[in-house]
Amino acid sequence: MKKDFDKDALSDMYKDKFLAPENEIRFVNAPDGSIIEVNPLDDYFCQERPKELKPRKGVVEKFLNWARAESLWVLGFGTGCGSIEIPPLSTPRFDMYRFGVQMRATPRQSNVFIISGYLSVKTLKRAIRSYEQMPSPKYIIALGSCTINGGMYWDSYNTINRLDHYLPVDVYIAGCMPRPEALLAGFGKLKELIKEGKAEKANEYIQNLDWYKANQKKIIKDWNMPDYNW
Amino acid sequence: MKQLVEIIQNHFPINDIDLRKKSLAFISIHQNQAIPLLEWLKTTHGYTAFVLLTAVDWIEENRFQLTYLISNPENFTELGVRVFIDREKAEMVSAHHLWKSIWVYQRELKEMFGINFPDSPRVNESFILEGWDTIPPYRRDFDTKQYSEETYFPRPGRSTNDPAKHMKSKLYPKD
Amino acid sequence: MDYSLSRFLYTLLGLFIVMNWGMLMSSTMRRIIARVSGRIGIPWYQPWIDLIKLYSLRSQITHGTMFYLGPVFRLMGGVGLFLFMPMIYGSAYFMNYSFSGDLILILYFQFFGMLGMALGAGEGGQPYSAIGISRGLSQFTTIEVPMTLAVISLAIQYDTLSITEIVKAQQGSIANWTLFTNPFATIAAMLSLLGAFGHSPFNLVKAPNEIPIGPPTEYHGTFLGVLRTNGAILHVTEAALFMNLFFGGATSWLELILKTFVIYFWSVFVGVVFPRFRIEQSVRWFLKWPTLIGIISILIWM
Repeated sequence: MKKDFDKDALSDMYKDKFLAPENEIRFVNAPDGSIIEVNPLDDYFCQERPKELKPRKGVVEKFLNWARAESLWVLGFGTGCGSIEIPPLSTPRFDMYRFGVQMRATPRQSNVFIISGYLSVKTLKRAIRSYEQMPSPKYIIALGSCTINGGMYWDSYNTINRLDHYLPVDVYIAGCMPRPEALLAGFGKLKELIKEGKAEKANEYIQNLDWYKANQKKIIKDWNMPDYNW
Repeated sequence: MKQLVEIIQNHFPINDIDLRKKSLAFISIHQNQAIPLLEWLKTTHGYTAFVLLTAVDWIEENRFQLTYLISNPENFTELGVRVFIDREKAEMVSAHHLWKSIWVYQRELKEMFGINFPDSPRVNESFILEGWDTIPPYRRDFDTKQYSEETYFPRPGRSTNDPAKHMKSKLYPKD
Repeated sequence: MDYSLSRFLYTLLGLFIVMNWGMLMSSTMRRIIARVSGRIGIPWYQPWIDLIKLYSLRSQITHGTMFYLGPVFRLMGGVGLFLFMPMIYGSAYFMNYSFSGDLILILYFQFFGMLGMALGAGEGGQPYSAIGISRGLSQFTTIEVPMTLAVISLAIQYDTLSITEIVKAQQGSIANWTLFTNPFATIAAMLSLLGAFGHSPFNLVKAPNEIPIGPPTEYHGTFLGVLRTNGAILHVTEAALFMNLFFGGATSWLELILKTFVIYFWSVFVGVVFPRFRIEQSVRWFLKWPTLIGIISILIWM
């Protein structure tokens, strides 16, 4: 499913108005006397465009999907007030470890990103960075009504209204706030989706990368990072 | 508090004295006299603890109100010093030489109200809003609802129920 | 030494058994820790599922050659430790490639994986990795002190540097175990074992919640899968080292499983009781009591 958008506005948006001083192009004297141009965003970061990673076919993919569903590693990144609902999951009362759900401290090792509640523009930038650093296949659970239509922050100058315009969402959990039981139910729903092979939102994100990037860059004016954070 | 305010009156031209209770009072002073007054209170009257610095946008009167709330930890009294500055030329002398922590408040006011504090450390760096390029959001001529609708893709079909009206129609349908 | 194909295949079989037992042991221990805190805990087969998932991730990134080699060196440390360790005493098949001086080589292999990991994680560029590495290397240096003292004491006692010989001397009855013939060396080594397994008081290398997870912060997918495989092998093999040196070795797989479980449980038992040390506390602790006991164990046999 391809999404339509205004391509002309894009090239103007891709210019960084708020380029940080450490990311500006500078000239450095090399030890042998020559002068080298350093463009930090090109030289220190990988600017390659991500490719779509197709799933395998048949029984193999079904087996792998089963393994992926039974081993969900959650990124420990609380973005809003809903993050207070995540710690109870590891207490005796809810005990998410029974269902193969574990917390990881780094995006490199996690598969599930819980956007817990409202996202301010500043946090959205960090959330995008973390999401893009996660290895594919990756899933997003959007917690609370703030991620659906803005919730009680719908008219705020600094929080986004619809998360699905910036990041692809697999499972929404409605409520303000949903209780940990609802979160566990959300994990159950996500497991079903993965086992059916429907949780391929990471590929959808890459297919519509330009649309997502245009939306993201519309509000994150202080971009200062490569287009895709490997 | 009354005694203290009288002592201040002898030394500084203050107006709008507002005695709230035994331990709290507010006074207003002219922009140029505010920092000397704060320094004098800190060094001679034991108001050594800085509590907060906040601003109010009086758009009808075309001015900002800055409130420095300082506290005396020995007799547990608090004094608010109000300063009115012009809205068009929103600028105030920095007080970070008196209390180190004040620079955070000044940086926030610069970002949220557009009140400039020259020479305050890191005052021009972005605080919460990164890359904000319209008028500061806490100014009252900034329409937050309109900005949100233009920027953040509002989901269509949103309806709001005023709780008072809703409960009234539910509990007293005849009225 | 016998270098035939069948010997090699039997060693591989032993490695397979050890790896699976290590994973089962780690999930069992995590279930025990969960029960202590009143939870049910992970299913017993969770480590295998995690491993399948890690090996089946679609996108992986690299930071350079050393980043690839870090997990490989770490795995070599674990497998090398296994290769030179006689697992089942008296068995013609599972003596692996142990020889007369294997104790020295094994002490070296304990450090080897750590150094490789330090190089690899360093290239990841993550600051928390660097903190974890500096903590890990300084702590492991101090762990080695009481451990080496205990091993020297054993070498003086049994007049050999071959693990097989040491196990042979302990056969016959429980009273022949080093635990009873040389209690000071055993105490020093069992205290240093707490640090080697990295459970709670001494888990400041990975230190969850503090420096996210230390050296492997940047590792993901297959890299992390290799590290986890190595973890399973390393835990059983190190427990087997202590079993061979101090608890009479094992004459069957069942005995090995029982003894390694109890030895590993010792570090988990201490781990659920005590909170984490800071690095300077940990270093001072290892250089104080365990080292003192280790010196005493040598002085006795002089």
